[in-house]
Amino acid sequence: MERKEWPLWEVFVRSKNGLDHKHCGSVHAPDARLALQVARDVYTRRQEGVSIWVVRASDIVASDPDAKPELFDPAEDKIYRHPTFYTLPDEVNHM
Amino acid sequence: MYTQALDIPQPKGEPKGPRVVENADYQAEFDAKIDAGGFIEAKDWMPEAYRKTLVRQISQHAHSEIVGMLPEGNWITRAPSLKRKAILLAKVQDEGGHGLYLYAAAETLGVSRDELYEALLDGRAKYSSIFNYPTLTWADIGVIGWLVDGAAIMNQIPLCKCSYGPYSRAMVRICKEESFHQRQGYDLLLQMMKGTPEQREMVQDAVNRWWWPSIMMFGPHDKDSQHSETSMRWGIKRISNDDLRQKFVDATVKQAEVLGITLPDPDLKWNEARGHYDFGAIDWEEFWSTVNGHGQCNVDRIAARRKAWEEGAWVREAALEHARKQAAREKVAA
Repeated sequence: MERKEWPLWEVFVRSKNGLDHKHCGSVHAPDARLALQVARDVYTRRQEGVSIWVVRASDIVASDPDAKPELFDPAEDKIYRHPTFYTLPDEVNHM
Repeated sequence: MYTQALDIPQPKGEPKGPRVVENADYQAEFDAKIDAGGFIEAKDWMPEAYRKTLVRQISQHAHSEIVGMLPEGNWITRAPSLKRKAILLAKVQDEGGHGLYLYAAAETLGVSRDELYEALLDGRAKYSSIFNYPTLTWADIGVIGWLVDGAAIMNQIPLCKCSYGPYSRAMVRICKEESFHQRQGYDLLLQMMKGTPEQREMVQDAVNRWWWPSIMMFGPHDKDSQHSETSMRWGIKRISNDDLRQKFVDATVKQAEVLGITLPDPDLKWNEARGHYDFGAIDWEEFWSTVNGHGQCNVDRIAARRKAWEEGAWVREAALEHARKQAAREKVAA
């Protein structure tokens, strides 16, 4: 069997206005228009969304999992970036 | 629906994919992550055997969903009312959707959907044995929802916590939808049981035919299940085949009573000491013969899938060609 595969698209759905589009899976489709149509049938059969984005999987640039330590560990010891780092007098601690 | 302890050995032709380079440091990191109950994501390093097990299990699960559309699809045009037809259409569409979520999850492991699907069409890949039984009457549609989807839910809930992120997320989505499948089936049967004696008989007959195949869906006994131990170690499987089967039997007895039918097992009785129902011996010869291609409908099921695939080929190609031309035209215009 010769394979002529439809390209892969990543699907992002906004579940309701006010929320982010969130990745929910992928679909195969020959072009963007059909990718949207297929994504609608596959991922929103029960009113899961009000808006869909599809992006060609090959167009997504992702960080390298091996680079996780140098990318994300530096934030670990910067606890002063969080409000809880600061202890204030009880009278004003709800600040 | 429908994993069946779905990691049935697949002797010929494992789906391919990139080979993972074994590495002791990575292995230690992987083990620690699994032991801490963490998730493995698509691009993370994983042992080759873990990846292969997942490809096999997720693709067998996907194939089961896709083949599972056939026995029920058989009744869409003959549903007894518009309401039941709309429900059945929605359910069969869900099965197709579940197959697609799962193929998408499998593809994150470096195999393509078409490659996996080819393995199904040329008989290399397995799918759940349950779909090789025929749907003879309308009552079968109710019983499939109640028992087959019921068994599937038992199997699938623990998979929502599977260590592989994309599979686990697909299963969360699937489990949310399964409950509708089971309830609509039971509801259909309740309605038939309020009907004529012939209708009640039809329900009992369907239960008689589907009961044993349903409890076979949990797969071989733990002592005979060759993949279970490593799958448990890897957090791919969380509860053993026998424990799940027992849970299913215990839950179903009461439902059968309320429905007013008899489960076809003379050995089925409450065991006070164990705190569970005892049940009779399973015909494993029938199970393996069905898994290995000699069930009542194996040939028809694959023939139907092949026909759909082959007759749809020109559509898939034309759509690709249209997209190519459109893109070329836009390039010229720009």
